Amino acid sequence: MKRVKVGLGTCGLSAGGESIFNKFKEEIRNNNLQVELCETGCMGMCYAEALVEIEDEFDSYLYSKVSVDKVGKIVNEHLINNNPVNSWIIRSKDICSEESFTKKQIRIVLRNCGVINPTSIDEYVAKDGYKALQTVLKSFSREEVIEEIIKSGLRGRGGGGFPTGQKWKLAYNETAGKKYIICNADEGDPGAFMDRSVLEGDPHSVLEGMTIAAYAIGSDEGFIYCRAEYPLANKRLRTAIRQSREKGYLGKNIFGTGFNFDISIKEGAGAFVCGEETALMASIEGKRGVPVLRPPFPTQKGLWGKPTNINNVETYANVSWIILNGWQKYAALGTEKSKGTKVFALAGKIKRSGLVEVPMGITLNEIVYDIGGGIKDGKKFKAVQIGGPSGGCIPASMGNLKIDYDEITSTGAIMGSGGLIVLDETTCMVDLAKYFLNFTQMESCGKCTFCRIGTKRMLEVLERITEGNGKNGDIEFLESLAGKIKATSLCGLGQTAPNPVLTTLKYFREEYEEHINEKKCSAHSCSSLIKYEVVEELCKGCRVCVKACPTGAITGMLKEIHVINYDLCNKCGKCFEACKLNAIIRV
Amino acid sequence: MSETNVCDEEKSILDFKIDLINKRHQSGSLIPLLQSAQNSYGYIPEKIIYYISELVNVPAAEIYGIITFYSQFRLKPVGKYLIRICEGTACHVNGAKKVLSILQDELGISIGETTQDGNFSLVSVACLGCCSLAPVMMIKDETFGNLNPDKIKKAIRKFSNKEKISIEI
Repeated sequence: MKRVKVGLGTCGLSAGGESIFNKFKEEIRNNNLQVELCETGCMGMCYAEALVEIEDEFDSYLYSKVSVDKVGKIVNEHLINNNPVNSWIIRSKDICSEESFTKKQIRIVLRNCGVINPTSIDEYVAKDGYKALQTVLKSFSREEVIEEIIKSGLRGRGGGGFPTGQKWKLAYNETAGKKYIICNADEGDPGAFMDRSVLEGDPHSVLEGMTIAAYAIGSDEGFIYCRAEYPLANKRLRTAIRQSREKGYLGKNIFGTGFNFDISIKEGAGAFVCGEETALMASIEGKRGVPVLRPPFPTQKGLWGKPTNINNVETYANVSWIILNGWQKYAALGTEKSKGTKVFALAGKIKRSGLVEVPMGITLNEIVYDIGGGIKDGKKFKAVQIGGPSGGCIPASMGNLKIDYDEITSTGAIMGSGGLIVLDETTCMVDLAKYFLNFTQMESCGKCTFCRIGTKRMLEVLERITEGNGKNGDIEFLESLAGKIKATSLCGLGQTAPNPVLTTLKYFREEYEEHINEKKCSAHSCSSLIKYEVVEELCKGCRVCVKACPTGAITGMLKEIHVINYDLCNKCGKCFEACKLNAIIRV
Repeated sequence: MSETNVCDEEKSILDFKIDLINKRHQSGSLIPLLQSAQNSYGYIPEKIIYYISELVNVPAAEIYGIITFYSQFRLKPVGKYLIRICEGTACHVNGAKKVLSILQDELGISIGETTQDGNFSLVSVACLGCCSLAPVMMIKDETFGNLNPDKIKKAIRKFSNKEKISIEI
């Protein structure tokens, strides 16, 4: 029997996935077809949404950019007459137009995303789901589980990169009776959607990883702290937990071994700082999410004062694969100190944006050009922003940099949770630094003075620079204050908040100098530093720009050269977009 | 307001009260209770703060502190359709500012405000997590991606037309 899978992750839904799903349902019913219709998670190729995959016993056919009006033809030709519509297919046995997107990827965390129906526990089980848990409970001692994870070299995928097995060992060593397991799903970095896709596409792999961790450290209760901004992930998690309880993979006496463990969901309430582990625990306890000094570390004194192991979604999603395939196979991937794979949310000015999983050790250029297909609209590759507001910008000239925790840290950025935003020549680096600082400044919890007020002062300076009022000494002031904020902040938010400014200063200092000294923004992005001009040779006097201008700043009769009155111009750029003759330029 | 709406509202307030009874003794229940209140009322009314305060035995001032700490909570009612503009990095570099200016022109309101007819409220959020579709906005629970001026206007019209139709009925 044929099977039709519609990608219904958040990206698929916003590309119209739901109405496509309903249209298939209607067509299948109207034609009385024996076809199974189901939903699946993110397939990774977000640039080609909406995606529909049709499987039969011989092959699978992936249709890209499907819309409701294409459904009828697919049903008629493919499902009824067995004639796949080849011109819309991007992947099958014979067609592989998107091979370069998938060739360098290795899917461990995303192994089931976009493959199985995330609302069906049976499909997860059919893909060896909960087999690792069974193996662990029946034939591994707790110490052996920890040893296996230590040897695999798995490091925390939330950004810090602390060795996961070591963390488990610390929690295991605590003798207190009650211990907690927490999954950090508060993916707050702007530009990151890896965890959301895993939770939406393969929620059981996270539950299984958490249960194995619980067995290893000796815990019977777990929490998933999930962002409230992810309604679909929350829904899928609730379904998955209910199903696991029904099947006995969660709850009392799991697999008849006497081991008890259950998980509940705590919905976050929108605070970036709650991604920090001590703040996260305060939030679960019902308080303001304000970080506290470590030590004691959560593994010693965590949630409600009890030893607690916190890992993020991606880390847990690796666990069952490592158990099933052995640590050797995992450790064989990657570099000396960074093993396995890393999921990146590839976005920005790139042709093929989406969710990619690559082996550690791959270079930035390979990700941008081979997987991502290069820069959109024929523009020039300028830099990548990695690690979100805690990370930094790595220039295109360092494209041979390997994806490795320590190599990335040496550039001044951090691996972070996996947001990878590609920037082109139209991105102003000063503006980008300002953007991130504005974010961290707003999200600072206010506990540490330098993080609360220092980021505000830095932001004010950056605002001044982008408005054309930069002064001599601004750069030195930024550098000096950045150092103090890093040194005197309690938690990761403050300690890393200056990174976007420091890395852009390190690699793009001339852009700051140009803004300050020449009052110029060569990316044409800072509106105060640009000016619109009419090119007299090209202007035909068609009055299109006159009509487009909201402030009445452009005047001119029909067939006469138009003039901009700079006293009225608010630099909105509407004339620039409206002119079809390229007679208005930005300088 | 039509009759069915009144029933819906009463039902959701009832749900909230049931939640109150179920959750008040659980540890760490304060935030879920506030979320439940906001789901029922659309915002957190002052009287509810005092009500919850007595139930869980936490001073109202402390609850107020928690409400203002988290960006999800609102102390004022919002319009029928909440428009969330994504200000994530990918959206920022792909023209989120332009999206905002078009929305402001269309609706005549700025961030944090509600249209006079009470239909639309405008807020900005850090990231909706649909970075590959940047720039993105969300109206109610629906996500709109790869926005351009036409798409934005169309999306707004879709919801404002709905309102017109329901008034005619």
